[in-house]
Amino acid sequence: MPLIMIIYYGICVYLIAFLFWNFIKEKKSVNDMLLYLLVLIPLILRVLRVK
Amino acid sequence: MMKGKDMPRIQMIKILLLVVVAVAMINGGLELYKHRHFQLPLVAGPGVTKVKKLSEYCEGIAGTMADTSVFFLEGREPGGKILILANTHSNEPAALLATLIFMENAVVEKGTLILIPQFNHSGSRNTRPGDGYPLYFEIPTDWGSKKFRMGNRDASWLDQWPDPDVYVHYPDRQLLSFIDTRNTNRTWPGRPEGPLMERVTYAAMQIIRNEKVDVVVDVHGAETMFPVTNCIVAPEKSMRIATMTTLTVKAQEKFDNHVEPSPSGFRGLSHREIGDHSDAMPFLLEAPIPFLDQPTGPKTVDLLLDGKDPFLLSLSKKGKLFVPYDETGWPIAKRVGQHCSVIQELMRQYTRKFPEKSMAVRNVPKYADVVANGVGFYFHDPEKTDKKSIYFN
Repeated sequence: MPLIMIIYYGICVYLIAFLFWNFIKEKKSVNDMLLYLLVLIPLILRVLRVK
Repeated sequence: MMKGKDMPRIQMIKILLLVVVAVAMINGGLELYKHRHFQLPLVAGPGVTKVKKLSEYCEGIAGTMADTSVFFLEGREPGGKILILANTHSNEPAALLATLIFMENAVVEKGTLILIPQFNHSGSRNTRPGDGYPLYFEIPTDWGSKKFRMGNRDASWLDQWPDPDVYVHYPDRQLLSFIDTRNTNRTWPGRPEGPLMERVTYAAMQIIRNEKVDVVVDVHGAETMFPVTNCIVAPEKSMRIATMTTLTVKAQEKFDNHVEPSPSGFRGLSHREIGDHSDAMPFLLEAPIPFLDQPTGPKTVDLLLDGKDPFLLSLSKKGKLFVPYDETGWPIAKRVGQHCSVIQELMRQYTRKFPEKSMAVRNVPKYADVVANGVGFYFHDPEKTDKKSIYFN
């Protein structure tokens, strides 16, 4: 795997951690909670090399 | 600050959301995972004499999803050599089906037939969920149905990523759309150290040069609203044979198939670069595929196989399509039959012009045969075939 792809996967993992932390910290807005989780889906699928 | 009594309610909502989203993700992700890893058995018929991998011609694709099988059907007598490429665009399945008919049935008397049924193998393991593409389609046969993966036009991001902002074509440096860096009909003639799809086309160029291939046929499908459809695209050096082929199939087999000149200023296309970078004569075949047109109903398997769509019918009555279109649509048997006949006629015309490099292939159906019997009639049951003749990419 080229270095640039490894870096992009690293960015994906960082965004997943960042979004999941926001999801945990969110205490009021159910809409925001749902949005954090929906945005996580393609990132997780990419890191798992599904899509 | 949240009150203590609200905590359990928020936590319950979070857990519920997590479960719902996880179920949706696992359900959708599993479908995509299964699609990418679905194995299509490729049945080598009696004419297949040897099988190689594309990576034998370019080490840079070894061990990647871009590697694919190359089937050789060598005749008893020497003669001309023809290379047939299918699934350059894996969402144009008539090409794959026609090539598999050759692979399972053809017996070569003179010359050599080289087949790459899944040329953009990565693209065949990709899909387009945003356009509602079906993941699979099935062709009915006498022994059941044969299931195929429905692929995408371009290679998967999982195999070649990231895309550039603009694709700079090699070697002409023409600026092309970023997405064409994953399109194996824009990356010709390729280079061994380039992006993965350039390595794929480079490997094919190495086959053409090393095996001294005389004719290359790149098999495709095109929208009914696109002017370059139902045709043979040919550069100057292939024009005479392409013209004779269209006239002959029109006269003898009663289907239309015109000739389109390959533009010299549009780089990266197989019908341009193969001719410019080798001694081979390239031809690109297009058969209509209503499924790819934009203004259709849902992208269903029925639309893919029958080509029937009420919106296209309406547009046809207004003269907006470039092919004849009525209530019968454009069934897959017509499209596959056209490809079978045009390829055989190209071989015949080449043989007439270059008798010292003649090609003779028998046991391959023509247009009328495929329309009458259906595509599945020519496929063999992998379960009842010698396992040594079954190949998986």
